[in-house]
Amino acid sequence: MTTSPPETSQRPVPEPSPRQTPLATRVQRAAAERTARSIRGRRIRSRIVIGFMYLASFLAVLPLVLILFHLVREGMQSISPAFFSQLPAPPGDPGGGMANAIVGTLILISIAAIVGLPIGIGAGLYVAENRGTRLASTVRFLADVLNGLPSIVIGIFAWQVLVRPIGNFSALAGGIALGVMMVPLVTRSTEEMIRLVPNSLREAALALGYSEARTSLSIVLRTALPGIVTGALVAVSRIAGETAPLLFTALGNQFWSVALDQPIAALPLQIYYYATSPYEEQRALAWAGALVLIGIVLIISLGARMATRNRFGLGSGD
Amino acid sequence: MPQPASRPEMPVAAPDARPRVATRDLRAFFGQTPAVRGVSIAMAHGSVTAIIGPSGCGKSTLLRCINRMHETVPTARVEGSVLLDGQDVYAPGVNAVDVRRHVGMVFQRPTAFPTLSIRDNVAAGLKVRTGKPKSRSELAEIVETALHRAALWDEVKDRLDSSALGLSGGQQQRLCIARALATSPSVILLDEPTASLDPISTQSVENLLHELKGDMTIVIVTHNMQQAARVSDHTAFMLAGEMVEFEDTRTLFMNPKDERTEAYITGRFG
Repeated sequence: MTTSPPETSQRPVPEPSPRQTPLATRVQRAAAERTARSIRGRRIRSRIVIGFMYLASFLAVLPLVLILFHLVREGMQSISPAFFSQLPAPPGDPGGGMANAIVGTLILISIAAIVGLPIGIGAGLYVAENRGTRLASTVRFLADVLNGLPSIVIGIFAWQVLVRPIGNFSALAGGIALGVMMVPLVTRSTEEMIRLVPNSLREAALALGYSEARTSLSIVLRTALPGIVTGALVAVSRIAGETAPLLFTALGNQFWSVALDQPIAALPLQIYYYATSPYEEQRALAWAGALVLIGIVLIISLGARMATRNRFGLGSGD
Repeated sequence: MPQPASRPEMPVAAPDARPRVATRDLRAFFGQTPAVRGVSIAMAHGSVTAIIGPSGCGKSTLLRCINRMHETVPTARVEGSVLLDGQDVYAPGVNAVDVRRHVGMVFQRPTAFPTLSIRDNVAAGLKVRTGKPKSRSELAEIVETALHRAALWDEVKDRLDSSALGLSGGQQQRLCIARALATSPSVILLDEPTASLDPISTQSVENLLHELKGDMTIVIVTHNMQQAARVSDHTAFMLAGEMVEFEDTRTLFMNPKDERTEAYITGRFG
């Protein structure tokens, strides 16, 4: 992007040979002029387009920068040790924290992982190893459809199936709803990672006398594992901030509760309830909660990247 | 018009006429396309047989039919029979996985398992063998023997637990050979094993084949005719899926009987 074409407008027009007519000279000079003009024009157009690209990149990054800037500015003032250790104070009273929401979020994403990861990895492994079969294509298609479902629809579904029959909102229902949301993400990323395993490894295992199942599990899956872990952690960080499914399942809780069959607090829910609160203290806490949520997501994502940097199984030794 | 070379008699030219590996009218297909057309050959115990021919002639496919690897490709199909020690491996009821446990295979590109250490790579084939499980010391001995035979022991003896990916390409290929040897197969199939190696590694692999052949049957596919002439006792020339000629190596290269063989080895095509 930083190289430019040579300055041909300054290239000297070649001297006409003694045998050339004056007409040939004029034609030659005119052609050189046209070339020089068109090159100048092209360079200008190129610079304009490159300028647009820089502008577009800047605009793409701008929202993220603004969000982070606001979060830090508004949220930092309410971050204190108390935030991480205390329960929410009654409305109107200063102080308090979101300890229960932080713990609640961690519990919910753990349940989601227990539900979503085995199903997602299993489905991804099946789809990758049986590419081309009708069932594999169907599963992949359905996973994509599930991925596109609005999260609030999943929330209502979970409410109908997990909350109404039991009679009360529960952490388990919220975790399962989040897990369902995780499945298509994990399936897709697992499938991509397993497809990266070279077929030569599969063949080597089969030629050694490994059965298909054993090849899939102990060679292919194991080789793709670092990538699968990354995909899993990315999926976890995606659903950590989901609010809609939790509205009708986990509901939220002002008090300390880790029981799985009771409503549980969660950071996205607390932010939701506090952000539009008439009480200024609660609104300030909402900002702090958002900042902490982003922090958790960031830590998980960074952890995923660091965990796979050195130990990625694929690659040649040469 | 070329004649189909489906000769019913099995040409074997070896002092020890116990055919270890034999094919009978073997035909292999990818979908509807034939890749191997009616090949019948036999390879004796203790010999090295080279299969040569131009690209696409079906030599790798033929090799892969011997240990039932051809059928792992979708739409692949095999007809005819392959006899290992007299038993047809394509007979109904024969389990392909069992067949592959008796035959070792080395591929063109090194295929060391990246998540396993060098030691575990060599021992990988032993994990799926039936019979009583071996003790750690037995395993260590087998690994050491295999690495010695593959001429790799001295280079890796101090780092058996490190990743196999730390080895160079030539070393990884020898590791794959050690892995194939560790299970003590009676038949070893090599599909262009030195194609991606430097000349020195190539030479050590060829020396290895000389040492190994005493107690094994070795079949090697190569498109390097000089290599075939160097390492093999018998050579088979294939063209467009057919077995054109199968002789002992000297005869095939000095005095080929078929004009197509002569055209190939003198470089007129291929």
